[in-house]
Amino acid sequence: MKKTLTALALAIATATPALAELVVPNMSYRTGPYAPGGIPYADGFNDYFTLLNERDGGIGGEKVVTPECETAYNTEKGVECYEATKGGGALVYNPLSTGITYQLIPKVSADKIPLYTPGYGRTSAANGKVFEWVFNYPANYWDGASVAIKYLLEENGGDLNGKKIALVYHNSAYGKEPIRTLTELSKKHGFTLVEVPVDHPGQEQKSQWLQIRRDKPDYVLMWGWGVMNAVAIQEAANIKFPMENFIGIWWSGSENDVLPAGDGANGYKSLAMHGTGMDYPVYDELKKFVYDAGKSSGVGDQVGSVLYSRGMYAALVISEAIRKAQELAGTPQITAAQLRDGFEALEITEARMAELGLPDFGQPFAASCADHGGPGAALLQQWDATAKKWSLITGFIAPDDEVLDPLIAEDSAAYAAENKITERCN
Amino acid sequence: MSDQLLYAMEAGLNGLMAGVMYSLVALGFVLIFKASGIFNYAQGVLALFAALTLVGFQQGQIPFAHLLNTIFGTDLDSFGWTLPAAVAILLTAAVMVLLAILIEKLVLQHLVNQAPIILFMATIGMAYFLEGLGDIMWGADIKTLDVGLPQGINETVESVTDRLFGYGFFIDNLDIVATVVAALLVVSLTLFSQYSKQGRALRAVADDHQAALSVGISLRFIWVLVWSIAGFVALVAGIMWGAKSGVQFSLSLIALKALPVLMLGGFTSIPGAIVGGLIIGMGEKLFEFYVGPLIGGATENWFAYVLALLFLVFRPQGLFGERIIERV
Repeated sequence: MKKTLTALALAIATATPALAELVVPNMSYRTGPYAPGGIPYADGFNDYFTLLNERDGGIGGEKVVTPECETAYNTEKGVECYEATKGGGALVYNPLSTGITYQLIPKVSADKIPLYTPGYGRTSAANGKVFEWVFNYPANYWDGASVAIKYLLEENGGDLNGKKIALVYHNSAYGKEPIRTLTELSKKHGFTLVEVPVDHPGQEQKSQWLQIRRDKPDYVLMWGWGVMNAVAIQEAANIKFPMENFIGIWWSGSENDVLPAGDGANGYKSLAMHGTGMDYPVYDELKKFVYDAGKSSGVGDQVGSVLYSRGMYAALVISEAIRKAQELAGTPQITAAQLRDGFEALEITEARMAELGLPDFGQPFAASCADHGGPGAALLQQWDATAKKWSLITGFIAPDDEVLDPLIAEDSAAYAAENKITERCN
Repeated sequence: MSDQLLYAMEAGLNGLMAGVMYSLVALGFVLIFKASGIFNYAQGVLALFAALTLVGFQQGQIPFAHLLNTIFGTDLDSFGWTLPAAVAILLTAAVMVLLAILIEKLVLQHLVNQAPIILFMATIGMAYFLEGLGDIMWGADIKTLDVGLPQGINETVESVTDRLFGYGFFIDNLDIVATVVAALLVVSLTLFSQYSKQGRALRAVADDHQAALSVGISLRFIWVLVWSIAGFVALVAGIMWGAKSGVQFSLSLIALKALPVLMLGGFTSIPGAIVGGLIIGMGEKLFEFYVGPLIGGATENWFAYVLALLFLVFRPQGLFGERIIERV
């Protein structure tokens, strides 16, 4: 019995990350209906940290560990994962789910652990005066909505008056995020916004697309995730909606979303927060130190895909924040609170991105005490069904801060009042 | 005719077609429940597993490749050939029969005479096991299913309705195919159960297990038979739904669309599954059309259940279900 207990204690001791390691839990979803999106993201995330460990010996000489916890894109499971892993020295969380993010915001604020939600989560968390522990740069949903409208303005000679724009959205916290911004933008630019919700998981959307066929909107925007995206693109092709007038948010712009519709998806557009594909020097390093060394996180068939790139980008930003935090703290062994300082002081320039092997991959940004959201610019990409690849069709387009800033201030002020938070950074 | 009425007719027609798609899933539930009294929670996952296997065969994918590569350090991926759709469908049907035999041997055989709730729990276990098995065998990435089914608007229906009403209706070619396939399935299943020896045995077991056993009908054979047929129906459903969205793990959730159909049509009636599907499909589409815009839309998922519950209030056994009277 004594032997068994000793062995058990040893097993627990060895399973827990050593104190000197930097623990970045990977709240992934490799099972369930949203797994096709979760897997490449988790693989890109892990592979980038593996590269740093294998090539550089970690960050500042400290190895990074990314213990995975399966959330299945389920909010309750996500919270369980957080509770189960936070005691293991977790430095930062990136749950890849807006629903989980909403639940974790009060928790991380109490536990003093940073929450990094690039391109998803609660938009008004961009206001660092209220959301001390949350960061969502380089772009958020409201940025995305505004960039899509700015792109359409450019396409229409700066005038959307009298146009009809439909928003097909996942009927969840995530999908509803852009409605507020689009409503404001519709007032400013004179277009009519038609809201078309789709319930989880979105396997059947006949009613929604019959409505679009009847209403004949000039453009359709989509805030979808998982199977909803593929079905929507197929249904749009079925009703012969012009694909070049159909624009998805960056979570509706992966290969998974367009491939099932085959040629029908040709011309479909989506926003993008970053570049995609393997034409970046970092892939030579990944090949040498990770893929060829048999240390890849996944099967390897997702490398270079949109969501793999996004997971890798999230890992890159976290690693740069860790580096900054180590510099500020003067020690490689940082705490979660010190990492928060690193996130807040983080600046990623074009030169730094090139140095990291990803030139022109993401927009440069500099965070501050008040600005946790970054510049919010986004690119437009278009699907070529014959070549089976995305092509960037614009440069980075900046959002309309004139509309967004007051909305963010209003929403975060409401959160601050509700949670009795005193604004900081004054 | 007013535009509103024309649009409602279009929504109703599309609802009927969507209902057929729901019925395809519901049929599998009915077959197993009718023959063995088991509510097969795994029916949606069977459809997913069948569709994954079909695409795997078609694309010449090596099953368990990732697992083998991890264990042996190999670099397996594909056999290097592709199979015609018909051959892949036949092979998948054979796999579903094999799966039925394994389910009978490894699970059901050990649970004979257990309470229905135990058998139901066993199917929950099977659902999760099969989902994991499908993942390990074929991978979790989205697969494109191409068995040559037509998709997109039916031009004939559009032009005819345009000439008649001045508005061209949208009907999806895939839904028309699904309707024809469902009709063929129902006719084949009816002929099989009415005129074949095995079909009559199946009906005998469905009517009275004990009496069927006493006249020498093998319950084990019947279970294998009925799970094989349900597996084939799952394959058909997997093909139809997989053609719409690609084959991905959310396919198992189509079972959720079949539940209200079963509640309405009854768990023991094949025509009930079809009629139930049609009522649910048309009801939810018309409700969404007329009431959806007033209450924010996305009503279909919950309205289907409300509709089924309304029917249950007046006919607890479902429209076509058998009335169970237990006398003490």
